[in-house]
Amino acid sequence: MSLRRLAEKQPDSFAFSAANKARVEKEVAKYPAGRQASAVIAALWIGQEQEGWVTKPMIEHVATMLAMPSIRVLEVATFYTMFNLEPIGEHLVQVCTTTPCWLRGSDEVVKACKKHIHDKPHTISADGKFSWMEVECLGACVNAPMIQIDGDTYEDLDGPTTEKIIEELRAGKTPKPGPQTGRRSSEPEGGPTVLKEKV
Amino acid sequence: MLADKDRIFTNLYGFQSPDLAAAKKRGNWDGTKKILELGPEAIVDVIKKSGLRGRGGAGFPTGLKWSFMPKEVKERPHYLVVNADESEPGTCKDRDILRHDPHTLVEGCLIAGFAMRAHTAFIYVRGEFIREREALQRAVDEAVAAKLIGKNNIHGWDFDIVVHHGAGAYICGEETALLESLEGKKGQPRMKPPFPANVGVYGCPSTVNNVESIAVAPQIMRRGAEWFAGIGRANNTGTKVFCISGHVNKPCNVEEAMGIPLRELIEKHAGGVRGGWDNLLAVIPGGASVPLIPKPICDTVLMDFDALKEAQSGLGTAAVIVMDKSTDVVKAIERLAYFYKHESCGQCTPCREGTGWMARVMTRLQKGDARVEEIDLLQEVTKEVEGHTICALGDAAAWPIQGLIRHFRPELERRIAEYRGLAKAAE
Repeated sequence: MSLRRLAEKQPDSFAFSAANKARVEKEVAKYPAGRQASAVIAALWIGQEQEGWVTKPMIEHVATMLAMPSIRVLEVATFYTMFNLEPIGEHLVQVCTTTPCWLRGSDEVVKACKKHIHDKPHTISADGKFSWMEVECLGACVNAPMIQIDGDTYEDLDGPTTEKIIEELRAGKTPKPGPQTGRRSSEPEGGPTVLKEKV
Repeated sequence: MLADKDRIFTNLYGFQSPDLAAAKKRGNWDGTKKILELGPEAIVDVIKKSGLRGRGGAGFPTGLKWSFMPKEVKERPHYLVVNADESEPGTCKDRDILRHDPHTLVEGCLIAGFAMRAHTAFIYVRGEFIREREALQRAVDEAVAAKLIGKNNIHGWDFDIVVHHGAGAYICGEETALLESLEGKKGQPRMKPPFPANVGVYGCPSTVNNVESIAVAPQIMRRGAEWFAGIGRANNTGTKVFCISGHVNKPCNVEEAMGIPLRELIEKHAGGVRGGWDNLLAVIPGGASVPLIPKPICDTVLMDFDALKEAQSGLGTAAVIVMDKSTDVVKAIERLAYFYKHESCGQCTPCREGTGWMARVMTRLQKGDARVEEIDLLQEVTKEVEGHTICALGDAAAWPIQGLIRHFRPELERRIAEYRGLAKAAE
């Protein structure tokens, strides 16, 4: 189990933007009547997209919206590890370090994050642009090592390519997601061994 | 090697568009109405005869699972739940189906849903698969717009697909934890019985299947049970998407025949082991949860359920993690022990306490900072965790360590001796 607690310092209030409120309502409508609690993860996720992290007022707001006891929403927020319970940098760099990534050099990716973001994980860089953390298997193992930043994955990395991606983002550019070595996706480097006529 | 004409996922790598028009050209949604006209029993029968076994890890016969659903719909609706919470370390096959070949899954949901008399499917996509769930939602929307699914569709069976997502919890890949999570709770597994076919999501009859199990169903229905059953070996039939990661020259996903020799799989598709076959140390053949197998077994073992079981390992999700001789194999397994500690849901004491304990001992063993008797104690503790928890996460945490002790005990002992020698020298 991972120990997860709400941050000590919390904002006073939370409200969804009009657009996000509509998104949450759309999520609720996906489930049968009376089963609105099924939308709790989606609601917190949309809240996190808006604020960067999950706050206590957000938990209470979502509980009211979904007619759930707030302790149930708190349980969800602390159970699922993608919910940030403290503020993050403008971009959150999640580094997979589970065995398949580790075998292919995720230590170098971690080193690059330490050098270009902050020595410690979960700590916002001096310019406020980044924070980074180690995460468990992100499910792109044949493109290891890899990181996820703001929903996009960057794959087939090494130290220098990781540094390049971080610095491009820092400069306000949009680095190309996916494999950084030139291959399309999960086919072997240099081209597929099967279904060659479909390339 | 599997012939190209027998491959089900013809856009696994995404060289073509995942959209509906391209999917139809690849043969998806061809004659779906005719398949449904066979009726639920006949569909279940074909899937049973094909020998398809669940592709999510446990390998339970898919047709049999479908047949557990009540034959009549009473006051409680039936649900199909698709497990797209792909999180087993080493596994990234469902990801490719979701983002590159989503219509195989969408069509499969309609057929499987119809066969179990469900009008709704929930697809639970792991939270980290953000682009993947967007791709899947696009495919679902296309299918609704084309009246392939939805209300009053051309197939005559009203069918909704709800794309649901998680937010980071390996345990939600366990089917009852997934159901809890789908209901808006912490993903903590339920006691069985009752089984989901009786009491599943919202207390209604439900069947939970892996993405790949559902996505292969349409092609089995089109080409026939005999075709699928003719690939691979008896009891281990069909095609399978393998994920080959770690110390190979060209890591990749590939759809191959079940029962392909491990060596052939690695050498034909993944460019061989880094430094050559003789540089191989060990392979984890089915995702992090299964025990590793050392090179002498890898030389000849076949990649299917029964062959790997005989080798005291398992096919699991068919995620092949390759380690060459440069690998610190104790560290590789220690990292997995940490993974299970991190992902234990905390519900059952043997797992909650055991995974932490095992991870701590593994950390010391990696340095050699332990006594030789502790290897036996560790083995004993894995046996105390295994089989003593509600779900299989306890087993999954125990097996990689048992595999390490089974095959690499001399290495563990060598480290202990070396550490003690160094400690003595320091004195």
